[in-house]
Amino acid sequence: MVDLSVAIEPVYLATVFLFIIALQRMSHPLTARSGIVWAGAAMLIATLVTFFTPGLTNLALIVIAIAIGGGLAYVAARRVAMTDMPQMIALFNGMGGGAAAGISAVALLGETTPVTASLAVVGGLIGAVSFSGSIIAFLKLQGWMPSRPVTFPGQQIVNMAVLLLAIFSGVGIILQPSWIPVSAGMWLPLFFLLALGFGVLMTLPIGGADMPVVISMYNAFTGLAVALDGFSFATPNYAMIIAGIIVGAAGSLLTLHMAKAMNRSLTNVFFGAFGATDEGAAQVVGSMKAIDVDDVAVLLAYADRVIIAPGYGMAVAQAQQKVKELSDLLAGRGVSVKFAIHPVAGRMPGHMNVLLAEAGVAYDLLFDRDEVNPEFPATDVVLVIGANDVVNPAAHRQGSPLFGMPILDVEQAKNVIVLKRGQGRGFAGIENDLFYRDNTRMLYGDARETVAKLVQALKKL
Amino acid sequence: MTDITAFWIALYIAMLAAFTGYVVISRVPVILHTPLMSGSNFIHGIVLVGAMVALGLATTTTQQVIGFVAVVLGAANVTGGYVVTERILQMFDRSGKKPGKGA
Repeated sequence: MVDLSVAIEPVYLATVFLFIIALQRMSHPLTARSGIVWAGAAMLIATLVTFFTPGLTNLALIVIAIAIGGGLAYVAARRVAMTDMPQMIALFNGMGGGAAAGISAVALLGETTPVTASLAVVGGLIGAVSFSGSIIAFLKLQGWMPSRPVTFPGQQIVNMAVLLLAIFSGVGIILQPSWIPVSAGMWLPLFFLLALGFGVLMTLPIGGADMPVVISMYNAFTGLAVALDGFSFATPNYAMIIAGIIVGAAGSLLTLHMAKAMNRSLTNVFFGAFGATDEGAAQVVGSMKAIDVDDVAVLLAYADRVIIAPGYGMAVAQAQQKVKELSDLLAGRGVSVKFAIHPVAGRMPGHMNVLLAEAGVAYDLLFDRDEVNPEFPATDVVLVIGANDVVNPAAHRQGSPLFGMPILDVEQAKNVIVLKRGQGRGFAGIENDLFYRDNTRMLYGDARETVAKLVQALKKL
Repeated sequence: MTDITAFWIALYIAMLAAFTGYVVISRVPVILHTPLMSGSNFIHGIVLVGAMVALGLATTTTQQVIGFVAVVLGAANVTGGYVVTERILQMFDRSGKKPGKGA
């Protein structure tokens, strides 16, 4: 084989350059797609040139491992429905974290200096937490595990103890203290077991409503772990360090943005066990009032301004195509139709944008919470499709667990129609005051069927 | 990394990289948050390169087994991350070509 090892550093340099350009292009809708293609090309070349690393053996094993991992992930990522994308991102992110933990383990099993060993331990800890935590997030979102917060007495003390023990055994790997009766080879498995356990324990008490924040944070975690592992080699791998740190910084910022959108601190997200408490039901007065499809169709047809507020229910029912049809039909009748997108509607930041874009809704019809909130008082009909907590006026009421969360102020519109499967509560498990308001009517049923019926009824008018 | 100077150089680079990541992301509109999270998920797939080196330089069986698993996971991160991001952005592409059609 031709020796191309001199090409490694120049190629890594170009890779990092292309990654930054790619991220920048991904920050604008028109250039976003070319961004990922650039990054993909860079990644491919970086992977190929790595085969020329001096002294590299086990080449067959490497090729087989890439074929297995890449093949399975390709099939899974191709087949999965668009609505299941959030958990797929969580899953693939977890795998990156697992890979980082693996690199740390291999490094710690070989020759190390105190500096490289310390960095490998920290990288391994973060990577392992990201791995097991992301898997739990995946299981919760996939519905293979109850998505409600799992809590038990003394949970935070147990979690903290596990974390401290993990850190302690990490120190044990490096120092191998003779006064503790743990054999030298046992520190490493003990460390990773505790780190993985902490990831599970840390994610269990977090409810489904907070998953966007959690996935985003584990994404940043994996980036950081990758960067730390970049330090663990005999010569630092700058491609890993830079790419990892960029993802770590970008992911942290994104996480903070999202937590801010929900008016909750990260501490609250991770230690609040949000949604575990059952409160507020007794304070609600009035009753839910149902309405039928034909009445809603008439209401919509003769409205001047309609705002559609979608939520996770729309994603579950796969109703986005029908919603797009409905909005086209209304627009054809001269009704002004806008979409109000709450930053944390759905299970991912921008989840609703993605689904509506998939259905072909032009993105200049999609409006952010801050842009659209002043318009609700002048709006004739608001159609809430499968959204719950993000439109709950309880957020304005002191004492509610939602208090302070910025919401879509749909209750200010003249008429609010809520499309909902049943009378249950939202993901946060909190009663929604909105459903009991005088200007609110409930339209029960599967979101896709209901919207389809609405389309039919509108065509007849 | 035997040389402590190399460690410090790497730290300087990491600091600049953190700033770069912060600046690039701070301008991103909400609409692109999901593809961006997915895209950055793909970019930390560079971990595959490290896993390849870890496996390639492994000497003991234990190291080989762990390295093998790391490469499988890293390859899944890269491939899955790319396909998911591409699929999400594809939808933006289509709607981007006919802006305002639904209006």
